[in-house]
Amino acid sequence: MTFKLVIENLKHRPMRSLLSILLIAVPVTLILTLAGMTDGMLEDSRQRTRGSGADVLVRGSTAAAIATFSGTLDERYAPVIQRQPHVSVATGVLVHSIDPPLAVMGIDLNQFTRMNGGFHYMAGGGFQGPDDMLVDNLYAAQKHLKVGDSYQSLNHGWRICGIVETGKLIRIAVPAKTLQQLDDIPGKVSVIYVKADVPAHADLVAEELRQLLPSLSISTVEEWTSQLTVSSPQLSSLRIFTNVVIGIGVVIAFAVVCLAQYMAVLQRTREIGILKSLGAAKSFILGIILAEALGLGIGGSILGILMSYGAKWLINMLVPASIQMAISYQWWPTATAITLVAAALGALYPGLSAARHDPIEALAYE
Amino acid sequence: MSNGVSNGVSNGASSASNDAIIQTRDLRKIYRVGQVDVAALRGVDLDVKAGEFLAIIGPSGSGKSTLFHIIGGLTPPTSGYVRVADRDLAGMTDAERTRMRRRTVGFVFQKFNLLPNLTARDNIAVARYLGGTDSKPDAQFEEALNLLGIAQRLDHKPNALSGGEQQRIAIARAIVNRPAILLADEPTGNLDTENSRAVLEIMRDLNQRLGQTILMITHNPEAAAYGHRTVQMRDGKVVA
Repeated sequence: MTFKLVIENLKHRPMRSLLSILLIAVPVTLILTLAGMTDGMLEDSRQRTRGSGADVLVRGSTAAAIATFSGTLDERYAPVIQRQPHVSVATGVLVHSIDPPLAVMGIDLNQFTRMNGGFHYMAGGGFQGPDDMLVDNLYAAQKHLKVGDSYQSLNHGWRICGIVETGKLIRIAVPAKTLQQLDDIPGKVSVIYVKADVPAHADLVAEELRQLLPSLSISTVEEWTSQLTVSSPQLSSLRIFTNVVIGIGVVIAFAVVCLAQYMAVLQRTREIGILKSLGAAKSFILGIILAEALGLGIGGSILGILMSYGAKWLINMLVPASIQMAISYQWWPTATAITLVAAALGALYPGLSAARHDPIEALAYE
Repeated sequence: MSNGVSNGVSNGASSASNDAIIQTRDLRKIYRVGQVDVAALRGVDLDVKAGEFLAIIGPSGSGKSTLFHIIGGLTPPTSGYVRVADRDLAGMTDAERTRMRRRTVGFVFQKFNLLPNLTARDNIAVARYLGGTDSKPDAQFEEALNLLGIAQRLDHKPNALSGGEQQRIAIARAIVNRPAILLADEPTGNLDTENSRAVLEIMRDLNQRLGQTILMITHNPEAAAYGHRTVQMRDGKVVA
């Protein structure tokens, strides 16, 4: 009977219930979108790094633990590394951040192709001149680029020479020499990507290189990608940001439910009086209000989850290269639990207020 | 049916008749309105026998609604003695009065007071649920439903029912837990003459056929005439 009473109450004022559900869904979507973007972009970064074909990464000693956007490494290390046992390819890449998280990569196309096994060209081909630019299909879609287009970036005019299928490290690539000139750091790269003769030798190669070049930061691709998680200490600021968004979500859900249920209690004062005259205890009245809030919370969570699919579609449509969003199923229970707790807290004051109504005054309420 | 004068005045509870289902002695209620104390009841003595149909009449402000609310357990008295179905209401806590309302009394109000979002059937079911019974109503209640003539209207919500039908549903809800007392506050106040007569006849039938004790408050002497006897109130006291 309680369930029926709750459902009928929610159905009785459908616009209020639907608006409440919609407003509760907003923070749920916010939380799921942020978590999905974090997971999606980290996964994209992991996949593209693995897609480079490299097994070991060599970076300068001052390189940050995860991101590397500086040219601090002498490119002459690459031929030295390539001569080491079990190393098949070593190629330097200069990374220049443009519109974070996007970066232009200066590459030696021949060496890079040997490492990643070759690009799949969806249109055009490799560099024909020093001002040629390769982009992946996502960046081409985001910027509406096609082969032959002129494109301005880094205060420099480029010609789009080819569009490659995404997933092989680069999103935007230009000849390394040109980028070094533009950055005025000739002979410098950000990372040296090293391919072992067989993937099983990755650890062995990394260990050899650590002994050979003790001043540099050397890690296998697996070690490096394993750091690309939200729980990684290097991404603590992202975690704080996520927690702030969750906090905002809790406040919004709390305020929405509190307001909605306060209005509902006001509108239903006489009905509360009727229930009291029939012998409804305070706990029963409070339970009804809380159950309604939880109903709104569950509805808001479901709608929020559905809306996160909409957010993903929208992001893929508008900025497929800049932002990747995953559907993070593991966040569904968390987002739902946060919403339900906020909804229950929001319903507490109106619920207690309803439970304390004097039955005679409530019955006289017009 | 008779329009007899109250026989409720006596000097104490011990002298009241043993078969009284409602007894009040020197019952007083003072409301605080702002900074002013307003005496709504100024010492009411009343006995109602089990199976009796009692009408209470009196002008506005005479205290009859306050008496109704105290006997119904909706508010406690300020002082005095009030006993309903062998239970002393004066010493009851709010929670005890809430429990008492579930099965000991049933209310019928002037404005029907049905839950607008539930069907007539569910309005009755809520009362039954709160009364602690989820099972199917017993044969006596089925008989009462036939008496009320609302069997075909149970699946409608209040806004699809006429005033007369709503009041019949309210009566059904009030008696579904077979309360010791049916309390009716101006039950015909919002009804036309025909429906008023129908509701009053239903109440008289419930009293006669099922032995339901009824205490009815009314302004209307014609409605009061349906009771076995009538008590008049004025200025917070029983005057006749």
